[in-house]
Amino acid sequence: MLHFDLWKRVLIWALCGVGLLLALPNTFYTRVEQSNDARSVIESGMTTPELEAQAAKWPGFLPSSLVNLGLDLRGGAHLLAEVQVADVYESRMQAMWPEIRDVLRPERATIGTIRLQPSAPNALRIRISKPENMDRALELVRGLSRPIQSLSGTGSSDITVRGDSSDIIVTLSDAEKLASDDRTVKQALEIVRRRIDEVGTREPTIQRQGTDRILIQVPGIGSAAELKAIIGTTAQLTFRPVVGRGSSADDNPGLGNEILPSLDQEGVFYTVETAPVVTGDELVDAQPSFDQNGRPAVSFRFDTTGARKFGDYTRDNIGSPFAIVLDDEVISAPVIQSYIPGGSGIITGNFSVEESTNLAVLLRAGALPAGLEFLEERTIGPELGADSIEAGKVATGVAFAGVLVFMFLSYGLFGLFANIALILNIAMIFGMLSLIGATLTLPGIAGIVLTVGMAVDANVLIFERIREELKTAKGPARAIDLGYEKALSAILDANITTFITAVILFAIGSGPVRGFAITLGLGLLTSVFTAIYVTRLLIVMWFERRRPKTIEV
Amino acid sequence: MRLRLVPEQTSFDFFSRWKLWLGLSAVLMLVAFGSFMVRGLSYGIDFRGGTTIRTESTTAVDIGVYRDAITPLGLGDVVISEVFDPGFRDDQHVAMVRIQAQDEQESINADTIQSVEVALQSVLPDIKFVSVESVGPKVSGELVQTAVLAVVLAIGAVLIYIWLRFEWQFALGAVVALVHDVLLTIGIFSELQIKFDLAIIAALLTIVGYSLNDTVVVFDRVRENLRKYKKMPLKDILNLSINETLSRTLMTSVTTLLALIALFVLGGDVIRGFVFAMIWGVIVGTYSSIFVASAILLYLGVKRDWSKPDNTTGNQFANVDA
Repeated sequence: MLHFDLWKRVLIWALCGVGLLLALPNTFYTRVEQSNDARSVIESGMTTPELEAQAAKWPGFLPSSLVNLGLDLRGGAHLLAEVQVADVYESRMQAMWPEIRDVLRPERATIGTIRLQPSAPNALRIRISKPENMDRALELVRGLSRPIQSLSGTGSSDITVRGDSSDIIVTLSDAEKLASDDRTVKQALEIVRRRIDEVGTREPTIQRQGTDRILIQVPGIGSAAELKAIIGTTAQLTFRPVVGRGSSADDNPGLGNEILPSLDQEGVFYTVETAPVVTGDELVDAQPSFDQNGRPAVSFRFDTTGARKFGDYTRDNIGSPFAIVLDDEVISAPVIQSYIPGGSGIITGNFSVEESTNLAVLLRAGALPAGLEFLEERTIGPELGADSIEAGKVATGVAFAGVLVFMFLSYGLFGLFANIALILNIAMIFGMLSLIGATLTLPGIAGIVLTVGMAVDANVLIFERIREELKTAKGPARAIDLGYEKALSAILDANITTFITAVILFAIGSGPVRGFAITLGLGLLTSVFTAIYVTRLLIVMWFERRRPKTIEV
Repeated sequence: MRLRLVPEQTSFDFFSRWKLWLGLSAVLMLVAFGSFMVRGLSYGIDFRGGTTIRTESTTAVDIGVYRDAITPLGLGDVVISEVFDPGFRDDQHVAMVRIQAQDEQESINADTIQSVEVALQSVLPDIKFVSVESVGPKVSGELVQTAVLAVVLAIGAVLIYIWLRFEWQFALGAVVALVHDVLLTIGIFSELQIKFDLAIIAALLTIVGYSLNDTVVVFDRVRENLRKYKKMPLKDILNLSINETLSRTLMTSVTTLLALIALFVLGGDVIRGFVFAMIWGVIVGTYSSIFVASAILLYLGVKRDWSKPDNTTGNQFANVDA
């Protein structure tokens, strides 16, 4: 019969209460947002009376999680970048050359002279003049390989070495490439995060996607191009000896050297050594500043090893030019005037204040281990987002009102119960969205509207069933009981199948589609809960009080 | 007084011409498929790469002016269309500019977007670019794959679930109805050349969910009646079940449509295509759960001996204590 244990009643109302409480902050969105912002600033150690006042706008004992608004509602920029993981192979191979040379040199008697040959960028090709002793040479080079630790590749080494007539060819092994790719993407992710944090935008999303991609979403930023300027630059800073200066990119630079263009002087090219003296990795700080003539510049400081190398080099090469290279472009090539022992210096060039600030940010955050290629970019203006929210609110309101009126007209008092459940249902969706920190997108709003329409389905199933049972069953209590019992399997089957599609959407969808899947899935859960428990409890409570002899559904 | 969409007791004969309905659905599916093959879908940039720029200006949109500004840039296929919405302010004139993916470019070229923006700004100084979206061909290819995968997986998962909960005939009926709904939706998108993007895939999957919802409710009643009336012919059982659930079917369709129509009219132009797909899906889905799913069931026949429910108790929720 119509029986509900007390603990069940308490639990049901408690869940509804929690749902409402969690949803509450969203009705005061801007106020709570300001309060939350102020609180996080205060937590970081700064406090002013204004901040305190802002923080006090929302009482601390209430929940303060909000539903995140997606980029399509708030405006901002979205980028999908692919990390060019193969870039790293080249520098890895270049770094191996001195090692290989050092191990082969003492054996010159058996393998003859050794010479580096031009090759694909991800391989080293070394020619020896006595190919008959190739085996010995291969053995020596293989001795340089290091075992790598990975789940699948235990026992494999980081390089593969093979002979090709008189050449030794060294490449990274496949296992090492995989491990290297993973490291590269992780590093790139970290660098991108640091750079965006340096700029200080709020709530950016920076995620790895798949094996070699990074998804970046920054709300409130004016355009994707702006974002790309910050994260797209590799910012690999190197200091290299200058061999010569010319006006053509096609001259022969000689082995171990390369020709790089000047950053700001058209038609000027520098021949520099490929191996840097010091790199940006050895920087500990970089700040925007001004040179003695008051032009924007960037001052920097090296760590101890960097400072020593820099000091030694300047001491030994007074009077020679020295190139400061950023991403294969020469920023400037000053002549070393004196020994610079302290490990700090200043980079001048034709910078604007903004450029010098950006460069300092990039140098501080560190260089990207590999280039980024942008596969997808979206900018949504804040006005469009605001329009969408407005339209979404109005539409949801109208849809909601329409369904409420329709349900009341169709089922009278029982319709009213269903309506109370529906209102609780929507509150609970928002509560759960806030709780799990989900992002509400425009399709997400559509998901909620669809839930409004479909949430009543469970109640309709039950009420229709009660109507049927009233025709045959003995008395209203029995009819209500049977109605719930018999409608249950249809309700569960229908909702589980829809839930399956929501899960699939969530699993393989991205962005807005995922937002839709979340609201649809949560909506199904809450609507089954409210239909089976809340309306039932309401009906039972009403029934216990009135004890009607007949009911009309 | 109660609002009643259908009389309390109905006894429509839904299956007097079931072969005709099934035939009609088959023809419609063929037409939809033909339209898809011949006309093709009007894919958004999600699926074929390229750039869309949404512009807003206070002067009325003159497509010719936009075109004249962009054509000299030589960007290939450029589609410019005006966007209307009752929610716009009087001086809010919105247009969409779509530029095809540029040849041999995996990533996005910022210069292309910039050159279009500059060209438009030179003829319309007050123009604003409220959204700019670019998708490279590499990503769009993958998005097509995942979209197809999503639909296939969803249908497959549902097939298995219904098979477990009912019988294979039910599962097949439900899945044919789903394919019917998805095909007809794709058909109307290709026939009306409405932009087909990632959001529409979400809509398609919701249609799958909704249509199933409907089908499962009918099937659930069929199963119940099969146990109750062991001697009644299948056709009559189907008719009885559909009549018994008719009131609920229409109630739910009406409330859902009510909500969706509100969104269609008032929700803004950005999601209108998406909502249209769902409205269409609700209508087609309601139709198909009766005239396709149940008709297939009638065609295939079902196991009539449900006297030993023990075989399936593991799959029932009968012991769930609500």
